[in-house]
Amino acid sequence: MSDATSGAHVAHHFDNAEQQFSSAKLGLWLFLVTEVLLFGGLFVAYIMFRALYPDMFAEAHHHLNKVMGGINTVVLICSSLSMAMAVHFVRDNDRVKAVKLLSFTFLCGATFMVIKFFEYKEKFAHHLFPNGSFDYSAFTHKNANLFYSLYFIMTGLHGLHVLIGMGLIAWVLIRTRRNNFSSEYYTPVELTGLYWHLVDLVWIYLFPLMYLIA
Amino acid sequence: MSDHHDAHPVGTNFYTDQRGLKSWLFTLDHKRIGMMYLATTMLFFFVGGLMALLVRLELMTPGQTIVSAGTYNKLFTLHGAVMIFLFIIPVIPAALGNFLLPIMIGAKDVAFPRLNLASYYIFIGGAALALLSIVLGSADTGWTFYTPYSIRSATSVALITFSVFIMGFSSILTGLNFIVTIHKLRAPGMTFYKMPLFLWAIYATAIIQVLATPVIGITTVLLVIERTLGIGFFDPKLGGDPVLFQHFFWFYSHPAVYIMILPAMGIISEVIAVFSRKHIFGYKAIAYSSLAIALISFLVWGHHMFVSGQSELSSTLFSVLTMLVAIPTAIKVVNWTATMYKGSIDLKTPMLYALAFLFLFTIGGLTGLFLATLAVDVHLHDTYFVVAHFHYVMMGGTVMGLLAGLHYWWPKMTGRMYSEKWGCVSAVLIFLGFNVTFLSQFVLGRDGMPRRYYDYLPQYANLNMVSTFGSWMIGSGFLIMTIYLLGSLSRGAKAPTNPWGGKTLEWMTSSPPPTGNFETVPHVTEGPYEYGVK
Repeated sequence: MSDATSGAHVAHHFDNAEQQFSSAKLGLWLFLVTEVLLFGGLFVAYIMFRALYPDMFAEAHHHLNKVMGGINTVVLICSSLSMAMAVHFVRDNDRVKAVKLLSFTFLCGATFMVIKFFEYKEKFAHHLFPNGSFDYSAFTHKNANLFYSLYFIMTGLHGLHVLIGMGLIAWVLIRTRRNNFSSEYYTPVELTGLYWHLVDLVWIYLFPLMYLIA
Repeated sequence: MSDHHDAHPVGTNFYTDQRGLKSWLFTLDHKRIGMMYLATTMLFFFVGGLMALLVRLELMTPGQTIVSAGTYNKLFTLHGAVMIFLFIIPVIPAALGNFLLPIMIGAKDVAFPRLNLASYYIFIGGAALALLSIVLGSADTGWTFYTPYSIRSATSVALITFSVFIMGFSSILTGLNFIVTIHKLRAPGMTFYKMPLFLWAIYATAIIQVLATPVIGITTVLLVIERTLGIGFFDPKLGGDPVLFQHFFWFYSHPAVYIMILPAMGIISEVIAVFSRKHIFGYKAIAYSSLAIALISFLVWGHHMFVSGQSELSSTLFSVLTMLVAIPTAIKVVNWTATMYKGSIDLKTPMLYALAFLFLFTIGGLTGLFLATLAVDVHLHDTYFVVAHFHYVMMGGTVMGLLAGLHYWWPKMTGRMYSEKWGCVSAVLIFLGFNVTFLSQFVLGRDGMPRRYYDYLPQYANLNMVSTFGSWMIGSGFLIMTIYLLGSLSRGAKAPTNPWGGKTLEWMTSSPPPTGNFETVPHVTEGPYEYGVK
């Protein structure tokens, strides 16, 4: 009806591409707010248990591998930078650079998950997974299981988000190679970028709270 | 409001444009999705209602009346869970809101039609899981799933809580869709202050849906993991804290109460203005009080835990904050009453329900203040007083509002008029039956009868009998309503474009509306309640 002004991608109920783009962006920001609240519940549980058992937290965190956690932090920060640059180059119609940067971002995500896998594997080997056969002998303070419950649920949920983000990045990577995007239309790249930054941001909080307890 | 075609000449509408089951299952049209939500949620209302009748029948006499104690525990749990999660949370926003929101702002659809359909199927998926859990042993924890009992109960608690998690997504996506639609898709001239108050209420509701639901999401996930792996968060044996669960649960579930009531308040604003033929009194006060209620709703969850061992300081704070809710709520009630003053009141069925709402909701709201008062709550906590209070708010408020809206928009949604005579009969029956059922429970609660118990002392027998009689009156009222509403689909008179003389945009398009809602994009120049008298 009235979408005569549109480009190829404007759905029938929008007046123009600008309205469609800003709607998508507002929608994604609202979604990110729900993500913050989803993790927020877990952070509240963390605060409460840490306040209840400060000594146990201090002791239990020594069993985490700070080097691996640190490397992962650097990897994710780099990936956020490359993601931001990828969005920039898509908008500049520089497909070659955008594809390279998106591939790099994807590889960073993969590296993060591989390192995480080895961290988890080590915890399982030492029975630090709270499923009934938790090994309390390594700890002097009670309830060390709670720290590891928090660790696995929070990093696990975060890891799930990294995997979903990698899927999204792979999808926009393929579409960028097919030349689907330009300065006129790049909504999926922009939104994937926003999502990926949130995933990184969650880790920026998780790392010191889990690995660097004084 | 100008630039519209009053009558639809060629008689095609969103029902007749496409036909066949497939055209419904894969539809992206917000009106069809709204109707599917309406049918689904009403079905669950029927299921939850039957359970309520059984619960009341069991409580008619002391000792066993019809079912065993175990079955009774499952019945009241399922009545609560079905009514809350499958009916009252989704019904007004997802069914009426979906149908009306885009039309009322002059848009062709919601911002994300695919997401809208997805949220319907997510809801269906969650509902299917909930039904599966009933088959696989049900739950006996009460709809609140309190730990530590919900960790130990042998019933299928994990499945039903997981279904709540799934349905939460549906609620979030609907809310998100509505916020974006209201911000981005308003027709030319439709400013925020020209929006019908129903939309302000839906908007405030959507904010709560988006901000509160993720927390119940993570809570239910934790409860499921707690049951399967034993992570210990809520289990005192493993160092956890059961009260933490209560905090998490009510951080969502208290705001959720406002997810349930706010849209009903929006409906009342529409109906009272239209059937009093008067400009709504205090438009901005009503609009902002919706947002104020949404805001305060996040700060009062602790009033569910006055006797759960939280500190005296937090109890005092939560008590004061809870009483604050009464202010924006009273602003609404006063403004509605003032709207009727010197109006030309037309007592059609929607208006009858709106008046019932005013009466019952006010009682529900005022008894809430009793419960917010710390010392009084110690006596009334977990008694039938609480049961009566929230039924006055939820059924006396939300369901009356829903019924007002259902009758008000029935001609628009179905294209048929219902029988006004039978509408009045069932409205009166439901109103009287409701008071017989639940006024008696206030007295029972004051006399100390605890809620959720299977059996009770002989001194409570008379009023329980009265309450059960009342439930039959409500049941008959709904039976009559089901018959005349469904009957109107085939035998009702064809509805005109604007049967009630409404001024909002949905009354400017044909009944039922065409697929794109309007022949031409409306240009809005007037407010939604311009009845000449200011």
